[in-house]
Order: sequence, then structure tokens, then C-alpha cells
Amino acid sequence: MTGAYVPHAAGYVDNGGPKVVSSRFVHEDSYTLERSLATGGYEGLRAALARPPADVHAEVRDATLLGRGGAGFPAGVKWGFCPEGVWPRYLVVNGDESEPGTYKDRLLMERDPHQLIEGCLITCYALGLSQCFLYVRGEMALGQERIAAALNEAYAAGYVGRNVLGTDFSVDVTLHWGAGAYIVGEETALIESLEGNRGMPRLKPPYFPAAIGLYGQPTIVNNVETLANVPWILANGAEAYKRMGSETSPGTRLFAVSGHVKRPGVYEVEQGVTTFRDLFYGDGFCQGIRDGHELKMFIPGGGSAPWFFAEHLDLPLEAKEVGAAGSMLGSGAIVVMDETTDAVKACHRMVRFFARESCGKCSPCREGTSWEEKILARILDGHGRPSDIDLLLDVGDNISPGPYPVASHPDEGLDAVPFPPRQTTICPLGPSSVAPITSTIRRFRHEFEAKITRGDGIPVSAAPSGGEAGS
Amino acid sequence: MSDETPPVEIPSVDITVDGETVAARPGELLIDACERTGTYIPRFCHHSRLEPVGMCRMCLVEVDTGRGPALQPSCMLPCTPGMVVDTESERTRKAQDGVLEFLLVNHPLDCPVCDKGGECPLQDQTMAFGPGESRFVEEKRHFEKPIPVNENVHLDRERCILCDRCTRFAGEVAGDQLIHFMDRGGQTQVNTFPEQPFASYFSGNTVQICPVGALTAAPYRFKARPWDLEEVESTSTLDSVGSRISVQSSRDRVLRFQGVDADAVNWGWLSDKERFVFEAYDHADRLATPMLRGDALGNRAPDGDALVAAPWSEALGVAADALSAAPADRLAVLGGARLTNESQYAWAKLAKGVFGTDHVDAQLGDGLPAEVVLGLPRATIDRACTPGGTIVLLGPDPKEELGALFLRLRHAVVHDGATLVELTPRRTGLSAHAAHSLRVLPGGAADAVSAMFGGGSPAGAAGLSAEALAAAGATIAAAVAEGRPVTVLVGRPSLAEAAGPVVDAALALHDHLPEAAFLSLLRRGNVHGALDMGLAPGLLPGRVTLADASGVSSVWPTVPTDRGHDAIGILEAAAAGEVDVLVLLGADVLADVPDRDLAERALANAGTVVAVDLFGTPTVARADVVLPAAAPTEVDGTFTNLEGRVSVVARKVTAPGTARPDWAIAVELADRLGTDLGFGSVDDVLAELAAVSPIHAGITPEALAASVREGVLVEGRTALARPDRTEVPVNDAYGLRLVADRSMYDVGVLVAHSPSLAGLAPGAVAGFEPSDLSRHGLAEGEVVDLIADRGTVQVAVASDPGVARGTVHLRVNQADVDAGRLIDASAPVTGIRVGRR
Ligand SMILES: Cc1cc2nc3c(=O)[nH]c(=O)nc-3n(C[C@H](O)[C@H](O)[C@H](O)COP(=O)(O)O)c2cc1C
Ligand code: SF4
Ligand code: SF4
Ligand code: FES
Repeated sequence: MTGAYVPHAAGYVDNGGPKVVSSRFVHEDSYTLERSLATGGYEGLRAALARPPADVHAEVRDATLLGRGGAGFPAGVKWGFCPEGVWPRYLVVNGDESEPGTYKDRLLMERDPHQLIEGCLITCYALGLSQCFLYVRGEMALGQERIAAALNEAYAAGYVGRNVLGTDFSVDVTLHWGAGAYIVGEETALIESLEGNRGMPRLKPPYFPAAIGLYGQPTIVNNVETLANVPWILANGAEAYKRMGSETSPGTRLFAVSGHVKRPGVYEVEQGVTTFRDLFYGDGFCQGIRDGHELKMFIPGGGSAPWFFAEHLDLPLEAKEVGAAGSMLGSGAIVVMDETTDAVKACHRMVRFFARESCGKCSPCREGTSWEEKILARILDGHGRPSDIDLLLDVGDNISPGPYPVASHPDEGLDAVPFPPRQTTICPLGPSSVAPITSTIRRFRHEFEAKITRGDGIPVSAAPSGGEAGS
Repeated sequence: MSDETPPVEIPSVDITVDGETVAARPGELLIDACERTGTYIPRFCHHSRLEPVGMCRMCLVEVDTGRGPALQPSCMLPCTPGMVVDTESERTRKAQDGVLEFLLVNHPLDCPVCDKGGECPLQDQTMAFGPGESRFVEEKRHFEKPIPVNENVHLDRERCILCDRCTRFAGEVAGDQLIHFMDRGGQTQVNTFPEQPFASYFSGNTVQICPVGALTAAPYRFKARPWDLEEVESTSTLDSVGSRISVQSSRDRVLRFQGVDADAVNWGWLSDKERFVFEAYDHADRLATPMLRGDALGNRAPDGDALVAAPWSEALGVAADALSAAPADRLAVLGGARLTNESQYAWAKLAKGVFGTDHVDAQLGDGLPAEVVLGLPRATIDRACTPGGTIVLLGPDPKEELGALFLRLRHAVVHDGATLVELTPRRTGLSAHAAHSLRVLPGGAADAVSAMFGGGSPAGAAGLSAEALAAAGATIAAAVAEGRPVTVLVGRPSLAEAAGPVVDAALALHDHLPEAAFLSLLRRGNVHGALDMGLAPGLLPGRVTLADASGVSSVWPTVPTDRGHDAIGILEAAAAGEVDVLVLLGADVLADVPDRDLAERALANAGTVVAVDLFGTPTVARADVVLPAAAPTEVDGTFTNLEGRVSVVARKVTAPGTARPDWAIAVELADRLGTDLGFGSVDDVLAELAAVSPIHAGITPEALAASVREGVLVEGRTALARPDRTEVPVNDAYGLRLVADRSMYDVGVLVAHSPSLAGLAPGAVAGFEPSDLSRHGLAEGEVVDLIADRGTVQVAVASDPGVARGTVHLRVNQADVDAGRLIDASAPVTGIRVGRR
């Protein structure tokens, strides 16, 4: 297998490192209850049920389990945001994974649905919830099928439903699937969609649905991978978890690598230990850029992350350090591009995605992203104007205004999240479209200029003959 | 009965706006606090009567709540202490300019041909702050130019800025979520669902609140430019809500009614019927000259088949001759709900104070006894809609009859936690939100009320369980115990059920719930003004009875002493040949009196019929003297709504031909009879009213000018009359009872003359409860005979789960099927037998 360039092998690759969430992936029948039970499945649940719920919550908080959906917010802290005494409350699992290049949640749902269900059960037990909704992306038919089958098995075996494992804890898990919109990955849009409304984000504040969420009730929304970590933490303890990874980002993470590497795939990586260079070039990992080519740029954490270049290769895969370098690990989708990649085209590709997926609710994103896309398309068509580069940057600035004082709010756990948010929009989708533009223009302005002007500096679109259009 | 609340100390929240300290109200939205204190923040999606959505982002301002300045939508942000706001900072300005530019990139350059041009916030903002040139060189987004979303509203999606106002109105306010956002990204658009038009009685409001020219109303399209319009604030006289409107005209023609936001009344909303009815006033069929009987050649002929034009002097002369020849007790005046208070007063004075007759009634056998309406403790709309209050509906469907009131009630129940209990024969537009929606048989409401409060068996409320009734009663009792206001909405749920049973039920509620106040649902125009002005048997102006003539006796030549007939009595007398002169003040008895046969006989056997009207209705066609009156847009005066609230009606255009205000017609007729009514202007009438009616003492031009929007509430009760309880026959062998009610659109004269509305009448079908349908072996769509004692009609059958079992539902005043043929005004209820054909 080594050596051969497999462009679309979007599968799991075992790199021999520590495994928290991918331990069963090596088995053919990893998705069955039988295999799960044979390999320690539902042990975390048993361990949890033997302890008071508050202890279970504390265990997860102590583990500093950072959310894997994009914002990296500590799950244990978020769980504490539900207002006192307001019932019912819900757990909603975000399985809408649709960011370009992201496919790690898909594997978790297809390959080990019981692990995810177990994570949901433990969370519900810890928080005293009796209803969980699993929202799975509409296109992920296999994931939906496997989760449905796993739920049936788990209900039949008494892990889910009334009096779980003979205790007085009862919980229902409901599977729901989307209708094909990236924006319902945003947690408040997901809640709207779950309620049967058009999937459009809600206004903030409240900043977390934990205050007011599904049907107006306190709601915890967590990513699939986040919850898939929970059984391990309960089975092995927070201390063991924290022995892996870095101090601020303990444990492992799944990274979905795609693009011009020899062996793209999903890798479970210990946080803070492995660097981008290890991941791209390591033998156990992607094994280098495809033969005869070299790295030009890479997207370190999903379509909304600012892009990185060769000088960033030695950064460890760890939220804080990547954040300090000006980008983020976001959803764990890493897209690697070699020198054959046209920066303008790549930028256009990414912007077009956001323009098409804008939910249309707020004007800066609805109009701004499609305007950016049109400008980029025009440049690619040879009708660019020299003023277009500044125009692109300024349109971007009107969606995501320039540098702001960033206040940290450790009291709310808002360490890494810039606050107040830099956006004229309702949700971060609009601003996401700006990252590829600023990233590529900053580094590859000459590529834009080359598309806009001929060698002699004259705009390509300026007609060689014929009069100017009227003033 | 007043709803006085003690003055409350409102604490304030200090915020800083552009360096100045400003006192905001707790919970007030930043955009509103700024506007109230003189700083206008531009906006498109924000609307004070809709839930905030923060979608357009035009109102972004830099706000620091202690975490450093951030751009925040001021329409979403409640003021909090210490908030520092900069509406002029560099960043605020750039963000707002950016949003404006975004809204313009795909906006077509339609302004020169757009109805909104000249009154368009987008245009105004752009003129004020926009850049001179566009940076957008690409092709704009294209959609098919205006598509009709219903009969009257056109949607141009290219112009839409997706502010969500229309869609929010449809869902939140009207409850008709038939327009929605579709698609996404740059293709996002408002649209209707396939095959489902925006069928809403309230669709015109979306046109009014659309901040751009995306939604336009067919009756106004391309008619005028805003700068050519003159406007005056007035009151809608279409129904008894008295919605505040702006009457807008150009070159002496009314082109548009717009809703005006009166906090106590309509909140700016109008039903489409209120909005588009101006077309009828402007219709070419309006009566423009007096008429007398004549022959086909146009010659005067007292017994001729036709009406021929005549000069005022001649027509008034014929009327006066007839009037002076008739003894007072053989004179009768019917109608008057269309008139302003002043015209009503002038006619009351003429009829009762000059003719000396008490056979006067503004209602047409379709209402409630005046002493009951004026005698029960009275509620305001605000009281009925108190958050957390309780509403008991004992009457017609407000959605069909009183559109703007329906919207207020719906808001109270859906958004403000009011509890609704319905005692109606059929589901209403509010039933989906009712805590208890009980189907009561015609004639059964009083029994249902007794059963609700633990007295007697619900005999008349057949089909209702004692538990359901008791549960409803317990809900109301709990509200009373907790001191929450209970308001009863009372009106005639069915015209095939006499007023008596409804009155009995209302009085029973009054007895069980002395704290409850009543809001009358009498529908027709200024009917409550008519009651207040004495256009009802036994009453004099100021809500007093004939026994209390002290007010008028010094200024009226005479005052009747004996109580006269009500409308049904007048018509019966006329049918018996006992009425020499019958004056009809805008009374289309052939359409509006529930009992069609009685109306026919009355017209046939009355002596001289004098009709004062706007249109040549079938009733008018049978009159001997026709006097053309001016319409509400053509007269000055005042109006009294169902709460007793008096507000201004303003003249905007001139009446057609020689039509004149009703009060002026009364003055001239009195003059012919040798009496000077003493009125040279409406202010003269108002002054006399204030002098004779203590409760109207405060209704002065000054007071009205000072409270032009909310009007002035007139308070005061007549001694409550307690008519004998109506005996309702037990449901006989026929088995079914008729429920005949009105719908928003019918073949009434105003709708028929409003081209925008005329096509909307739904027509009549006989609605049967599904189990009744099978019990009678009927199939949907089958045409059957509905046979009553009075007559028979043929009509198609429909299954209607909303009707009470044991009833047949029929809409009145629909083409082809005349429900009035079945109704006997002297019977408490109308029994129906079904005949297969
Ligand atoms: C435009 C947008 C798309 C998103 N898509 C996803 C997604 O597909 N899956 C996901 O888990 N979180 C997604 N998120 C993040 C969620 O809003 C939310 O933060 C996350 O589900 C919380 O889970 P976590 O705390 O476990 O990470 C998205 C956010 C935005 C703004
Ligand atoms: S930023 Fe874009 S995706 Fe987010 S709410 Fe606004 S329009 Fe919708
Ligand atoms: S049609 Fe008008 S009111 Fe409706 S969303 Fe568009 S701009 Fe707003
Ligand atoms: S007015 Fe505030 S976002 Fe539209």
C-alpha cells in the first residue's frame, strides 16, 4: 500500500498510536453490539451508573474534553451551563458533519455507533436527561442505517430505554436526519431544523443553547467525536485521559487529511505531540506529498480556518499553539495542496461552497458571499480588474470586520474564542468565507494579479481597441 | 366601569449613547430607546409589532457592555445598565455602509417604475448615506417580475431584501404562514408553496410593512407617486372596530387606505376588506342624484316601475309631503349604522324629536337589544386582551366579522398568555388556540353557561359532556379567583338563532361572573354610535331611556313617551300595512335582515319608502324617494367603536354629483317640515350632543384633536334590561338546527363594488358534521333541499368537522343560495329537514 498515491482513499489509517475513539475500527464487524461488547463496549456506561451523576459530570470536566465540532469548548464546562431547575432538558448530538474535507464523524458513526450511543447515555445520566436526539447529516445513509441498527440492538439489550441495565435511569435516543444543508451543523440552526423549521441559525445571545435550546428548553449540543470520547474517560478515568496529549488539549483527536498527500485518511493523533510535518510526511501517517511535488499550502482545520504554509509545518497539532499562530484546528479537516494548485481557484472553490451554503438569513453573508464568489469567478474567467483585489478584501471586511480587541473570558471558558465576535453576520458561516480570501491574497497576491493583468500590467479584460464606455 | 391602573413608577436603565447619558426603560430594545431619545438608527427588518429577528443587520452599532466594543444589532439588544453605545463610530458607519451596499448589489434599478419609490426606506437610506457609484459589476439576481401571491398582492422577488417582515406577519400575527423563505444563499426568496396562494384576510398588511417595493397591492399599482398623494388620518367605518387609517388621495380620488398604529385599537393592522373597500366608495355606480319613481322613458310617475333622477328640492318635497301626512306612530326609521355620530344624532333628533316616532332602529334584526349592549359592564379591547386574562367568546367568529379585532385577540391568546373559552356553534379562527372550544347548539348557550357553573343539566348543549363544561367553568372561576380579568365577547353567532337565547346566556354569565366585562361584537360600522345617539327603540342620545328625557327635552321639539318597535317589529308592522312612511338610512333590508320573507313583505306593504343610501341596492330599487348620501371618505365627523371609543372621521374627497352628508339631509328634511334642527356644521351637532348627553360632554373638537390617534372613550351604562327568558323548543323531529353566519366576503353591497374583493366570496355550501352526514346518508357535493318552516333552498353538501353535531351550517349573503329564505325572525331557532332530490 505504501508509495501508491490513492487520491480518494478517505478511510481510516491505523498509525499505531494511542487510541481513544478508533480502537474498534480495525474490526470488520466493529459496528455490531457483539463486537462492541467483546471489546469493552458499554463498560464506561456501567462504570458511570455505579457512581452519582454529579461524579460522572466531574470526571468529564476534569478530563478537559474539548469539543471537537469546531469551537473547541470544554464539554464538561458546557454541561454546567443549564439553568437550575428548568426541565425538561435535551441532549442533541451534532452529526451533521459537512465542512469541506471533514469526514471523521462519518467514520465514528459508521464504524462504531455503539461507542457514540454509549457516550450519549453517559452524558444523559450525568446531566439527568431522559431524551437524546441524534442528528445525522442527510447524505450519510450508511451512518444512519448503522446507528438505527445499533439503537435497535441497544434497546433490545436494555442499554437504552426504560431502566437502563436495571437501574432507575431511563433514557430515549431518537435518530433524526437532515435534508442536506451545511448550515444545520451550526448548533442553533440544527435545533431549528430538529423542530421542523427551516434550518437557520438563531440570534445570539443566548450564546449557548444550554440556556434556551430545543423547544425553548435547556439543550446540550455536542459533536459526535466529543461524545465518542466519553466512554473511554469513564472507563479509564480523567487522569489516564490527561496523561495523553498536551496540558490544555488532553487526549487524542481525529484528523481527516485530504489532498495531495500520498496516504490521505483519518488519523487518530495524540494532541500536542504530533506536528503537521509528522502527519504529512511520517511513515505511519500520510507518507509525504505525492511524488515529485512539494507543499504549497494547507488548511489546518476545516474550510473556515485561515490557511497555513510550509513555515507552519512544525507546529504541534494542538489548539492553543495553532490558535496563537493565527488559525485553528476547527473541525479537524486538513486539506493539503501542492505547488500545482492554483491559489485563486482553490480560494474560489472554498468561497463558492460558503456562498452556496449560506442560509440566506442575514444580508452580509447572503449577499456578501455570493458577491465574493462572483468576483473570484470573474477573475478566473479573465475579466478581473486591478481594483478587484482590494474590493475582495473590503467586501470581506464588511462581513468580518478587521482586527478587534480580543477579550478573554476564562470565567466562561471563552479562552480561545475571540470575543466579541468579529462579524456583521448572525453566525460564523459568513466570516468563514473570508478566511480563504485573506489567506490567499496575503500570500499569493501575485497569482491574483497575474490573472488580472497581462505581463505588461494592462488589465486582461481591457479591450485593446474600441472606445471607453460612457462615463 | 373603568379600568384604572394606579400610576406605576417605571424604573429606568441608564445607558450612554454617543457620549450622552440616556434613560432607557427596562427591557427596552436599544434601537427603540435610541429612537425615543432622538437618535435614529437605520433599520429594515425591525418592526415594533413583530418579534425581532436581527436579520438585515442594518442597525448594527458598536456597543460596549464591559467586554470591549462590539458590533451588535440594536434591534435585538435589550438595554442593560452601563451599556455604552456609539452610533457614529468609524466601525459602526462602515458596518452600516457595508450592509446597505450588500442590500443594493442585487437590488434592481426599478425606482422610476416602482410604487414604493418616494416612500422607500431603502431608497431614502441610499440617498442619504449610499455611495454614488456601485462597485458591483456582475449580473444581478433575476426572478420573474411580479408574481401574484394572491388576488391582490404581487411579489417582485428581485426587489425583496429578505427582511422577513411579511413572512413574520403571516405567521406570527395573522397565523396564515402561507408565504415563506425558500432556497438558500443568493437564491433565497420569499414565495408561496406550490398550489397554495397567500389566502389570508390580512395579506394587505404585508404590502404596507414591506420596506421596499417587493410587495405591491393590485388596487394601487401604478396609480400614483407618493409625492402626489395627500393624506388625512381617519377611522375605518367598515366594521365596528374603528381601525385607525390614513386615507390617501390624489386629484380628489381616494387611492389607498393604510393602517395607522393606534395602540388601543388596531396596532396598524387592517383586514383586506377594510383596506380595499375604498374602491367601493369610488365606484361609478354610486348614487349621485336624488331619484323618484318614474316610467321607462324617464318621466315622473308615482307608481312607475323605474327610478328617475330628480332635483333635491323635488325629492325632498315628496318625502316631506309623505312625512307630514303620516301620524307619528305610522312613521318608522330603519338603519343608520353607516352614518357618523353627528349624522346619527341629527337623524335621531329628526325621527324622535320632530316626527315624534320611537319606531327607530339602527340594527336590522341581526343584533342585540340596545339596553343589553349598553347595560352590561363594558370592556375595552385592551381589557379583553390583557396578558394572562380570560376571554369568553359567545358570538360570531371574529376572524370573519371583525378582522382587526381578531388580530388583537389572536395576539393576546397566542403571544400574551390569554386563555380563551369558546361557546360557539362552529369552530372559529381562534379555536385552535382555545383552552376550551365548546360547540353549542343554537338556543343552547344559556343552558351551557348554567352547566359550566354547576347549575342544571346541559340539555340545550347537546353533545357536550358535563365534564367539558365544568372544566371550562373551572378555568374561568380560577381566573376570577386569581383576580385576572374575564371578558365576554358577545354577539350573534348565528342569524338563524334569535337574539333572545344569546341574551339569556350573556345575562347568565353576568350573574355568575359579576366581575366580567363585556365587549360587544355587533359588527355593522358605527352601530355602537347609533345606539349611543338613540337610534334604537326606547333610547335617547347618551345611553338613556325615554324615561330620562331631561337632556333632550329642552332642545328637541318633542320626545316620544312610549317605546316603539325594534327592526323586526317595524318590518312586521310595515308588512301589516301599518307604516305610512318607512325611512331607510343605508338599510339594505333585502340583504341585511335575516328573515328575507319578512323584508319582502314589509317593502311591499309599506306606504312611502324613503331610502338614503350610497348605492342603488335591490332595496333602494323599490323605494319611492331615493336620496344620495356622502360616503365616509367624503364627510367629517366622528365614529364610535365597539368599545365606545369616539374617534375622528375625516373628509378627504368630494362626494359624487349632489350626494350630501346624512346630517345635512336630515337638516333639509326638517326644514321642509318647518323645523330648524339648528345645525349648520358637524361641530354644531357635536356641541348639542355634548350639551344633552353628560357622557359625551368630553367629546369636543379640542379633546378629539388632543387624542387624535387613540380617540376618547365614552363611559356610562344604561340600566340593564332583563328581557323574559326565551323558550327554546326541544330539538324536534327535523333533528337539525340551522347555523347561518357571515363570512368576511359576501355579496354585500360594499364588497360587490370593490373589484379587489368581489371575487373572494366563497359561496355557500351546507356544512354537516361528518357523523350527521353519514347518519343522513349524504355524500359530499350532493345537492339537497334544506327545508325549514319558512322555505326551502337547494345547496351542495359538505363535510365540516367544525360544526356542532345536529346543526347545518350555511353562510349568509352568498350568491345563488339565500339562507335568509329559511329564517323566521319570530322563531328562536331554525329547524331544518333535509330533502333528497
Ligand atoms: C457554519 C457552522 C457549521 C458547523 N458545522 C458543524 C458540524 O457539521 N458538526 C459539528 O459538530 N459542529 C458544527 N459546528 C459547530 C456547532 O455549532 C457546535 O459548536 C458544536 O456542535 C458543539 O459541539 P462540541 O462542543 O462538542 O464541539 C458548526 C458551526 C458553524 C458556525
Ligand atoms: S452568516 Fe450566513 S449562514 Fe449564518 S445566519 Fe447569516 S446568512 Fe445564515
Ligand atoms: S417581500 Fe418585502 S417584507 Fe417580505 S421579506 Fe421581502 S422585503 Fe421584506
Ligand atoms: S433592524 Fe436590526 S437587524 Fe434588521
